[in-house]
Amino acid sequence: MPDSTAVLTRDEAAFRHIVRLERVDMTFGRVQSLSQVDFEVGRNEIVGLIGDNGAGKSTLIKIISGVLRPTAGTVWVRDKRVDPSSYSVRLAHDLRIETVHQGLSLGEQQPLWRNLFVGRQIVGRFGFIDVKQEKAIANQLLRQAIGFRSQGITADSTVRDLSGGERQGIAIARAMHFEADLIVLDEPTTALAVNEVRKVLAFVEGVKTGGRACIYIEHNLAHVHEVADRLVILDRGRVVRNLKKGEVSLAELTNQMIALHEGNADGHA
Amino acid sequence: MATPESLRARLLRIEGLPINAVLLILVAVFMLVAPEVFLSYRIYMSFLANVPPLLVLAAGLTLLIAAGEIDLSFPSIVALSGWVLGYCIHDLHAPWLGLVLALAAGALVGFLNGVLVARVGIPSIIATLATQFLWGGLTTVLSQGLSYSLSDVDELFVWTLFVGRIGPLPVQCLWALGVAICLWFVLNRRRFGEHLLFIGDNVKVAEIVGVNPKREKTRAFVLMGVLAAFASVLLTLENQNFFNTQGGGYLLEVMAAVFIGGTSVFGGKASVVGTVAGSFIIVMVEAGIVATGLQGFWVRAVVGVVFLAAVVGHLFIQGPQKATTRRRLLHGKLGLNKGGEP
Repeated sequence: MPDSTAVLTRDEAAFRHIVRLERVDMTFGRVQSLSQVDFEVGRNEIVGLIGDNGAGKSTLIKIISGVLRPTAGTVWVRDKRVDPSSYSVRLAHDLRIETVHQGLSLGEQQPLWRNLFVGRQIVGRFGFIDVKQEKAIANQLLRQAIGFRSQGITADSTVRDLSGGERQGIAIARAMHFEADLIVLDEPTTALAVNEVRKVLAFVEGVKTGGRACIYIEHNLAHVHEVADRLVILDRGRVVRNLKKGEVSLAELTNQMIALHEGNADGHA
Repeated sequence: MATPESLRARLLRIEGLPINAVLLILVAVFMLVAPEVFLSYRIYMSFLANVPPLLVLAAGLTLLIAAGEIDLSFPSIVALSGWVLGYCIHDLHAPWLGLVLALAAGALVGFLNGVLVARVGIPSIIATLATQFLWGGLTTVLSQGLSYSLSDVDELFVWTLFVGRIGPLPVQCLWALGVAICLWFVLNRRRFGEHLLFIGDNVKVAEIVGVNPKREKTRAFVLMGVLAAFASVLLTLENQNFFNTQGGGYLLEVMAAVFIGGTSVFGGKASVVGTVAGSFIIVMVEAGIVATGLQGFWVRAVVGVVFLAAVVGHLFIQGPQKATTRRRLLHGKLGLNKGGEP
């Protein structure tokens, strides 16, 4: 997987942070999902985002990827302030931010070629989708980037026919193909077998060597501790820790997470 | 298992092949049972005159159902737009104005449906059930419950253009074919169509990949409204008559045509080619039953049998894909682990 990621050195315009959130709030009805969150990702940084279920991790990355609009606060992309009313998935794509969402971000009944290009279709002069080209690129991606040789999987296969690992591979391949400067991975290893997890971790490291940035959400502390440059711990919608690589051992991190979890449990009791 | 694609798989990829085969088999059966009717071209010309309104409605509905929505109000649009057209021809002697206003009325009703469903958030089955009553009722009020006889309409160019005859061939079948081809391209080759498929497949996924479900659904309802109005124009001109409950009989037939054609009731999967075949099947069974000498009472029962058979058939056709998935899972060939066993 990582071999196609090392080619990227482009757009050397100076910026410190690929993305930065300042005092971001997010409320759903009466539920405050995020409060006063400050969060930033450097241009060549892998940030591990961890926290209990319901800590607000997915909400946070949905704001970054343009799916949700924050109720308050500011978003900066490449040190430029983003107008929240115009920020969208499409704009995030244009700003080279790609997201592999938790669980599924694929249409199950649709063929793979549609899934790879939906939202960013290749169209001809009259606005018709160039199916031939989309399929050709899709097949190339399947063979080279993902390694779906000899599995009977083609651009025409439907997502429903794929295993969890294969689906995750498609979602990651989509992010890779569009050559993002920031790749957001929301629990990419959840459905995967052990050797598939290794590939995802190798991919994350490939992002780093390719000069790009990554937000990596992961339940498995060992995985995230291994690859992240910095760890951000969310707890009930707030950033409670910001740890650089080497500042904390895996054992200490685990203890901290358990302490937080037990604190929550007591709080709810 | 890099086996070349089997013939079966390749045949199944041709859109609507099974249901078109069913259509041909039906024709063959009717030719055997009622040769004096089905071996003459007249019956087919009659089909081509009568299928178009149904086909235009069903093709439009196919796109809405692809997006996981439904429109129950189109029969009322057929009535309302028919009244607009009839009034303009009958009372104002302005057929072209009538045509434009009829289509505009359809667009307006469709837009209202779209707003109710996509913006207000009322489930489409409820919203369009309500607007079906609203616009149907309003048509009755506007027309004072009367019909318009438009017996002179065949002297107008608008009649010749939409429902005239080229030799024995009814022109409206060309219009319907044109609509079906356009909608096939819209569904399969335009961004809009792809977005509808993803919305019907899973709205959350659609949002994540950057589709705006509210906007696309509203557009789909407007499109359906315009198509229903166009179907009404074809129907009213062909009948040379407007009556205030016209369109009422189409509701179930149109839905049957869509589902017989293989479009999924759950959204995300739709076939315009199948809908075309489904529309012909619906009309042909009706004519065929009568022609074979069976009592007309049988028509609905036979439509029911064909309907069920088609739906079961579509399920079986989807079967092999599921089977290959099971087989691959059994063999442990799970996606990324191509490098041998762990």
